[in-house]
Parts: sequence; C-alpha cells; structure tokens
Amino acid sequence: MSKEDIRSDIEAGCNDAADRGKISALSEDAQERLLEILIAPERVASVEPEDTVVFSTDNGYHSLYGNFSEAGGVGIPIDSTTANMLMERAFGFDSVFYGWLDFSFKSSKAVITQQQQEIESILTNTLSPLIYGAMPNLGGYYKPDGPFDNVGDLMAEGKILEGMETYEKLVDHAKNDIVWVSEQVTRIGTECINIDTTASAGDGGFLSSLKACEELKKRTGLSIEMGMASEFVMGIHGGLEYEGNVLAGMYPHKQVEMAEKAGVDIFGPVVNTNTRKSTPWNIARAITFTLECSKVANIPIHPNMGMGVGGLPMAEMPPVDAVTKASRAMVELAEVDGI
Amino acid sequence: MTVAHGMASGMHGVRTAGDLVMRMEMKGMRLGEAKEYVAGKLGVGVPELSDEYRMKEVREELDIGTVMAMPGAAKGLRAKANIAEVLDIKIPCVDILR
Repeated sequence: MSKEDIRSDIEAGCNDAADRGKISALSEDAQERLLEILIAPERVASVEPEDTVVFSTDNGYHSLYGNFSEAGGVGIPIDSTTANMLMERAFGFDSVFYGWLDFSFKSSKAVITQQQQEIESILTNTLSPLIYGAMPNLGGYYKPDGPFDNVGDLMAEGKILEGMETYEKLVDHAKNDIVWVSEQVTRIGTECINIDTTASAGDGGFLSSLKACEELKKRTGLSIEMGMASEFVMGIHGGLEYEGNVLAGMYPHKQVEMAEKAGVDIFGPVVNTNTRKSTPWNIARAITFTLECSKVANIPIHPNMGMGVGGLPMAEMPPVDAVTKASRAMVELAEVDGI
Repeated sequence: MTVAHGMASGMHGVRTAGDLVMRMEMKGMRLGEAKEYVAGKLGVGVPELSDEYRMKEVREELDIGTVMAMPGAAKGLRAKANIAEVLDIKIPCVDILR
C-alpha cells in the first residue's frame, strides 16, 4: 500500500466506527500519528517506558500448551503450573491464568475439583494475581447438550414467542453456572474472574453475565473482568433490558456503562476485524471505538487484541509488525489501561 | 502474539512492577491511579515502575519476589504475603493457603 492508500484507509476506518457507533471519529492529529506508527520501517514497534500498560488475559498459558487455532496454541506438552511460571518469569506477563480448555462455565462444573487442584498449584508457585476465565456460552444449554430447544431453530420455524420465552429461561441457567463455578474457584484463592466472550450468543449472554457479576459482587466481593465477544450486542431476543436499558445493539461505549452498573472492575471491549479491509482500516476503526469506550469509563479498559479482534489480522500467526504497531497505537491513542 | 504485545506495550510483570499495578487495576483503579498508588507504596517514582534494574533492587529490598529464583528470597505465597503487606491489600490465597 502507498502512504496515501494507508492515510485514506485510516480515515475510512475511523469514519466507519463513527457512523456505526454514533461517536466522534479520531482527530486529524490522531490519524496522522497513527499513520506515522503504521509506516515506520522497523519490524517491532513499542511505546515509551512510562506509557507501558498491564495485561490481563482470556488465554494466557493456553498459548503454550493449547493446540487449537483460537488460542494460537503451539501444542507444547506442559502442565498449567509450569506454563504459567513461564508466562510470568520468561515472558513477563502481569497476571497468571487458569481456564478449562472447553472454556465454558457449564462444562467446567463437571471437572471443578481437578481445576481447583491445578489453580492451587499455580497460586503456590507464582507471584502475579490469578485470573480464572470461562464463557457464559448459551449455546451449550441447547439440546442435546442441555435442556432447552434451540432458540435459533424455534425462531426459524416461526415460533418467535416460544423462542423468546426459551431464551429468557436460558439467562438464569447461565447466570447460576457462572456464579457456582466462580464461588468454587474463589474458595481456594482465585483473585479475579474473567467472564469472557460475553454476549457471543446475543443479548441474553450479556444479561446473564451482568446478573452473575452483580450476584458475585454481593456474595464474594471478588474482582471481575468482563471481556466481550464482539463490538455489537446481537438482539437474539431484542427486548432484554438491564436497569431499564435495552441491551441489543449496544456498542462498547454503552456496554461499559452496563458493566460498571453490575460492578465489573475491568472491561474488555472487542472490535471485530473485517477481513475484507486492510490492517490500517481495522486498527483505525478499533481505536476509534475503544477511545470512546475509554473516555466514558470509570474502570480500567483492557481491549481484546488477539487474532481477529482489536485491529489485528485474522491469522494464526499474525506478523510481529502488525501486532506491535496495533499494540502501540492502541495504547498511545485510545487511552487504555491494559490489553 | 502474546510476546509481541508484551514487547510493544507491556510493563513486564514481576520483571518490574506490572503484577503490582495489575493487582490495583483489579480493584477498579485506572492505570494512572494504579501506578501512582504502587509507586507511593514502594517509595519510587512512577517512571521507575517500568525499569527492570531499579525494580529488581526494590523487589529484593522488600522481599516481594523477583523473576530470579534467588536462594533464601521469598517466593510463592511468602512473597505474596509480603506484597499484601506492602500494598496494604488482601490477597485471598495468602489467607486461604497459608
């Protein structure tokens, strides 16, 4: 791409976010700064030392021992304690992490004792705060894995009201599982729960996570991070509300307001990568959405910047220059507190 | 990807004071406030929090654990108990697994 192509894509990416989110586009100065970062010839970009941020994670040591594309895992046969010690001591991660590989609260219930043992081992061998992560994953509650008819199938058959009623019932089932699993891992000293990939199954997933957060705060006072699944809350139901606010259609700067009301301590906005557009377009768009979220937030903002989100390319091995330039630009221009 | 992010913008955890700032963000403090809080408790300036050389000295003095496996120095729960005291916070596993 030429410099002018990149400048043009930056402007278009900003404008796309501004149009969709009804928010301000990045200033001309910020767009020029982003251009400077992106066209720098170095392979690795970085922020200045005093601007460094901290990292939480929904993946962590899975990147070493996982062997599936979404974790970017390299399939090293290694246990969770050793992997976390490597993440902490060798790679300088700011937090340690545990999550069952299936990564759903519902499926975690059956193996909770195994998880408690592994978490206990990590806690006694590391220094950094431990985050436990899992997803609400409402899809796991549909037959044959769960008790409910598939809401998508019901609606496709024209049974709209029946589908909506079923979806409403799902919310409390998912909420109860999030609370139960979180309480079990808190019993042995887990310090933070990452309710991750929130709203992947739409507004019901968001509502179940918010309600779980509210309940956990009252019962345990536990620190809670909420990571989203996408930039936009899908209206599978369409009418679900939290504190009088319709959840469907919310973008990150509105999502964070709901998260704060529920008691969330760290919010992880997602901006999806559009694979038909260039990396500059996607980074500019991600920064525009995230900056607005950061401006209205009173709690730390840790944007998701893994494969296919936060402006990063959709690739199992994203190029180092793309990752580090996106990382630098996000920290410099979107006023984030971490990643 | 994780390492690339770390090199680009990370505080680098126990190599510096990243784990301590992370603990304060988990309590809802935004980055600037969290860094100020940790720097105050450690008796250093905010810019020093990301300085590996300075923070290794500070962490050894306070016995709150470093990236090195130093004989006799606090590690694991013992180091975390010291972190809780220095930062004036509760660390659940220190009380539960002590």
